[in-house]
Amino acid sequence: MFEAIAFYLFAFLTALMFFITVTTSQALHALTALAAGMIFISAFFFILGADFLGAVQIVVYSGAVMALYAFGMMFFDTTRDVKEKQGNKYIIAGLSIVSAILVVLIFAAPMVTDNITALYPMTEGVGNTQDVGMVLFTKYLVPFEVAAVMLLVAMVAGIVLAGKKMDASLTEMSEAEIEEINTRELS
Amino acid sequence: MMEIGLNHYLVLSTILFAIGLIGVMKRRNLLLLFFATEILLNSVNIAFAAISHYYGDLTGQMFAFFVIAIAASEVAVGLGLLIVWHKRHSNIDLDTMSTMKG
Repeated sequence: MFEAIAFYLFAFLTALMFFITVTTSQALHALTALAAGMIFISAFFFILGADFLGAVQIVVYSGAVMALYAFGMMFFDTTRDVKEKQGNKYIIAGLSIVSAILVVLIFAAPMVTDNITALYPMTEGVGNTQDVGMVLFTKYLVPFEVAAVMLLVAMVAGIVLAGKKMDASLTEMSEAEIEEINTRELS
Repeated sequence: MMEIGLNHYLVLSTILFAIGLIGVMKRRNLLLLFFATEILLNSVNIAFAAISHYYGDLTGQMFAFFVIAIAASEVAVGLGLLIVWHKRHSNIDLDTMSTMKG
């Protein structure tokens, strides 16, 4: 009963927030609506018993990604209205619905067969966080480490791209040029 | 109606994915295009978590974690590139990004 009420409430709220995100002409409104939608999505994870995933959703999306977007938007002119593409609306809507149905078919295709067995079944009497930890650090250890390296690469790329004077390479300069830079900055 | 099953979550995921796709096809500003991409990734995450719950399998949640990690790094690199582009051309519209005009 309460699950149904929570599901329909959060489904409506999430759809509404994301609809605002894709239709509004103000970039700031889109950012705020997207952040709210991310929080509402974490409610689904809590309903589904994936507590750790819900917490990660709030921390990473609403905390890190939204903060990154908010800081990134300081570089852009976000006060002016966003101009839209002039396309055929029926083609856009039709293509969206067809692709969405395709995605569901991809998910539903393995379920038609009855012989599905859980690869890593949930352990009884163990919290979700502990369960996730046990599977993540045994079966998915290598993907976990690869994801860590990928995040490191992304961090370095972000610093190099957004930082100032990052295109100057000290190893390719001659000693005289480095001396010139040092004296210029000291004076 | 009152019993929430796997199909409910898959339908919700479809709706959100459709909204995201409409955004991807409709938006011209690259920053708002990134927002639409986040919606796509999140709708898939809901489907993963729901399947993980209704089949008693943790693999779906694991994939959702990796999707979140990929989304975070995508944002970091994408925003960096966007800032560099905005410094040079002072707009981030998709239509002006065609340097090879045919």
